[in-house]
Order: sequence, then C-alpha cells, then structure tokens
Amino acid sequence: MEFFTEYGPTLIVIAALVGFFMAWGVGANDVANAMGTSVGSKALTLKQAILIAMVFEFAGAYLAGGEVTSTIRKGIVDSAIFVERPNDLVFGMLSALLAAGTWLMIASFMGWPVSTTHSIVGAIVGFAAIGVSVDAVNWSKVSTIVASWVVSPVMAGTLSFLLFRSVQRLILLQDDPFTKAKRYIPIYMFFVGFLIAMVTLLKGLKHVFKDNGMSLSFLESAGIASLVGIVVAIIGSYLLSRVKRDLSLETDNRFANVERVFAVLMIFTACAMAFAHGSNDVANAVGPLAAVVSIVNSGGDIAAKSVMPSWILLLGGGGIVVGLATYGFKVMGTIGRKITELTPSRGFAAELGAAATVVIASGTGLPISTTHTLVGAVLGVGLARGIGALNLRMVGSIFLSWLVTLPAGAGLCIIFFYIFKASFGQ
Amino acid sequence: MALSNSISNIFGVSPVKPLQNHMSAAIQCVDLLDAFLRATFEGNWDEATAVFEQISTEEQSADDLKKQFRMHMPKSLFMPVSRGDLLSIITQQDNIANLTKDISGIILGRKMAIPDKLHNDFIGFAESSAETCRAAHSAINELDELLETGFAGSEVKFVKKLIRDLAAQEQKVDKKEQKLRKKLFNIEADLSPIDVIFMYNIIDQIGGLADTAELIGNQVELLLAK
Repeated sequence: MEFFTEYGPTLIVIAALVGFFMAWGVGANDVANAMGTSVGSKALTLKQAILIAMVFEFAGAYLAGGEVTSTIRKGIVDSAIFVERPNDLVFGMLSALLAAGTWLMIASFMGWPVSTTHSIVGAIVGFAAIGVSVDAVNWSKVSTIVASWVVSPVMAGTLSFLLFRSVQRLILLQDDPFTKAKRYIPIYMFFVGFLIAMVTLLKGLKHVFKDNGMSLSFLESAGIASLVGIVVAIIGSYLLSRVKRDLSLETDNRFANVERVFAVLMIFTACAMAFAHGSNDVANAVGPLAAVVSIVNSGGDIAAKSVMPSWILLLGGGGIVVGLATYGFKVMGTIGRKITELTPSRGFAAELGAAATVVIASGTGLPISTTHTLVGAVLGVGLARGIGALNLRMVGSIFLSWLVTLPAGAGLCIIFFYIFKASFGQ
Repeated sequence: MALSNSISNIFGVSPVKPLQNHMSAAIQCVDLLDAFLRATFEGNWDEATAVFEQISTEEQSADDLKKQFRMHMPKSLFMPVSRGDLLSIITQQDNIANLTKDISGIILGRKMAIPDKLHNDFIGFAESSAETCRAAHSAINELDELLETGFAGSEVKFVKKLIRDLAAQEQKVDKKEQKLRKKLFNIEADLSPIDVIFMYNIIDQIGGLADTAELIGNQVELLLAK
C-alpha cells in the first residue's frame, strides 16, 4: 500500500515516541507502586530497590512479556475486520497510546489512582468499537480480560492471606520465632525462584526454543524450575546465616530480629515483583507500538506473521529504566516513607501473593493491573489481622477508578483517532 | 505527576503506637501521685503545688494525644481490632489521667491534711492502685507484639496472663481500701465532718484508678476474642 510507503517512517517514529513516553510513565509511577512496599518495610534501601527494579523489570519484560504484548497487539481487536483497512488499525493503535498516555497524565495530575492497563485496554476497545465497528472488538477476549481484573485482586488476596497464615503457623506463633524463621524462610525463597523460572521456561523462552529446534515438556520445565528454586534457596540461606540476633533490638519489640530475617526474604520477593510487573505492564506501552511497526513493515498486511523486532522490547524496557531514573526514585521514596506500618513479614506475603498472580496472568497473556493486584494482596494480609490500619475508602476509590478509566480512555482514543484520520487525509 | 496516585494511600496509621503513647502519658500522671501525697503529708504545700502543676501538664498532653487519636480514627479504617474497642480503651486511659488530676486537685484545693495515723496505709493504698495502672500499661505495651503475631498463639496466652495479674492486683487494692476505710471510720468522730467526707471521696477516687485499670485490661481481653 502506498500509504505506508509514504507515511510509514513518520508513523513508526510517532508510535515509538508515544510508546517510550508510556514506558517512561510506567517506570516513573507504576514501578514505584510495585516496589514501594519493599522500601517502606525497610527491607531494601531506595538505591537497592531501583537497581533491582531496573534489572528485573527489564528481565520480566524481555523474558516473559511476550504473551501480554501479543494480546494488546492483536488479541483485543478482531484482525479479520481490519484486513481491508489496515490504516485504521495503525491510527487506532497510535490513538490508543496517545489516549492512555494523556489520561494517565491527567489522572496523575489530579491524584486519581488509575491503572495503565485499564487505560490502554479501554482505549483500544474504544476506537475499535466506536471508530470502526462494534464487531471489530474481540468481545470474548475483552470479557476475559475484564473478568481477570476482578479475579486477580481476589486471587492475590487469597494467596497473601494463606501465605501470611502459614508464616503465623510456622514462625510467628512458635516459641522461638527467630530460629524458626531461619529454618522455614528458604522454602518461600524456593517458591520465588521456582515461579519465575517456570514462567520464563513455559512462556518466555518458547520462541527461543522454537528457533533452536528445542522443546521442553512440562515436567522437564518443572524440573529445571525446581533446580533454580533450590539454587535461589541456597543463596538465600547463605544470606540468612549472616543475620545475627541482636538482643538490644528486642527491648522495644520482641519480634525485631525476626523481622530482620524476613527483610532478607523480601529482597527475593521484590525481585519477583519487579519481574512480574515487567512481564505484564511493559506490554501496555509496547503492544500498540508493536502492532503499528508490524503493519507498516509488512506494507499493510495484517495477517502476515511477523516476529516482534527486539528493539521494541528494548525501547519498552529502556523507557521504564529512564522513568525510574528520572522520576521513579522520588515517587518510590515518598511511597516508602508513607508505608512504614508494613513490616517485612507482611510485605513479603503481599508481594509474593501479588507477584505470583501477575506472573500467572502474564503467562496466560492477560493484561492485569499490578497496582490493583497488590492492593488485593495487602487486603488479604489485613484480613489475617496482620496490618494495623487500612484505609477502606481509598481502596474503594482505587477500584472505582478503573470503572471511570475505561470510558475515559475510550473517549480520548476516539477523539485522537479522528484527528489522526483527518490529518493524514483519510 | 502527582504522588497520590499510589498504593501508599491505602495504609492508614496503625492505632497501636498512638494508643501506647497516650497510656504512657496517663501513667506519668499516676507516677507523680506518690511524690504529691508525700509532699502534702509533710505539709510542704509549695512542693505539692509544683507536683500538681506537673500532673496538670501531663494530663493536658494526654488530652491532646487522645484528641489526635480520635481524629485519626475515621470509620473507613479497616483494622485487626474493632474501632469501638480502641475508642473505649483510650477513654479509660484518659480517665486515669483525669482521676489523678482530680485527686491531687481536691487535696491541694482544700489543703487536706490526712491524719498521721493513716499516712502509711494511705501511701500503700495509693501505691498499690498505681501499680494496677502500671499493670494495665504493660498489657497495652503488648499490643504491638499482638499485632505482629496477628492476635494469635503464645503471645495471646502471655497477654491473658498479664490481664489475670492485673485483676489480682486490683483485688489487693480493694482489700487495702477496705482496711483504710475502716481505720478512717474509727477516728472519723474526731475530725471535721466535711474533711471526712472529702477523705472518703479521695479514697473512692484512688480506688477508681485501679478499677479503671482493670477495665482497660478487660477491654484488651476483648481485643483477643476472635
């Protein structure tokens, strides 16, 4: 199509810029939400948290982000409708990026707790349903996604509740919680290692294996993942062995030393959280960009099977890192100062519950909101009588915000869609 | 981008530390009672006035802490313990401070001279009552450990024992109160009737300190109930 030969490079540059801006926003705001619990519970210093976030966000995006990216890229819209009109899909994806970016700016400016994921999904559904036709939306997929937004916080809450209860049973309620903590915490570390390795093997490296003619059965993957888990647990045990009991800390609170042991575990769950976040949220910025790039490169052939160029994921990961470095550290510091009530024994349960949920969702290609999942997880710990005080009104407004975000993202996207069409003379 | 777009907003301030701080302030009042009584027994009213001023200051700071505590207790808070229980605990804690101020205030205002014969019993009774308040303080001080364990297990047993000790201490105070009243009864005919009425009144209020402490213990016990 001559349209793409004429405007292709311009479109890609616009998409890359807006995509980078979105990724920057994710790094500046979203990562802080995912990692703030670690900083708040003093398990990590701000610098350590930033470092972990940079490495594991990137790894998560690169190794396990493919499924969610492909959902955003081609799962929400029905490609068949766009075969005749690829221009609309390109304009739509561009508008979606721009709309989500704008909405996030507005919301952040006003202090509304909105989710990147909800903005982008709302925007894509908006342009496809109203800008093109109601049939252009893959409604069954969209309803699965919306259902997952309800299920994910509930699941994370349940997991965290059970995790915290197990910590109570095994460690906190025992006569010598310090020794018990050192004995049982490596098991949780094993889970962290196993979880990340399993998702990476089953989903992330699928394409790499395919290219090399390799394949792993589920059991083989489980075996390798267990090995990784054991290695992680051994490293963890070494770190735990360096934590010595300091009796002077126990005059004020007898559990002060136990919490120091949990702080070591939280380093691992923070890695898991960053990985999970990277695997799910980078797709919001990268998915629409990938759609634009693949259509332009194939000259308008939507059906063409194209491998996503690696520069796109690099751009997404890079945007997050830049976002963290320019703004995210500030936000994370502020969040950290505000959640001092969350001790490592709680923070770990919330993070691990949320990370497990997000990673599983990423594996199935469902774009969910990490922040909302984490809120669900925190509530789960709260239900186990673990947290001093939770502000239910705020929880309500967080969940209300996603109802508002869908039409807002959709509305903005439709406006941008028509502006793009008009300015390219379509 | 604004910072309120963050998960930190769902965390309220834990009620435990403010509650403990308030109790500490109330106990500061109680701790001064002994010095105050001894000063009055010696007839050193300047010293007694100085101690009363200290008690007043502490009572005022307890009042301020109570107000702040209540301000941070909106109904939308989700806590491991009931909001109502916490609010009645802080009311009782505040009563300890108020009672102490009232007791010292009346004694000072009337320049009340407790008969020499009663001094030892009186001091012993007041000290025992203060001890009950301190026992309630230790129970309140366990709240952070209770929160750490999620209100379960051996920590609950430990706190239950503290509350049993508190109840036993309150019984001792009751015995001492009876003894003191009896001694006062034996000599009351020789004293000015108005003074005697106020002495009974003071004894009542000092006993009230121990009763209030026991109420706090009962409230803490309610927190432990599932």
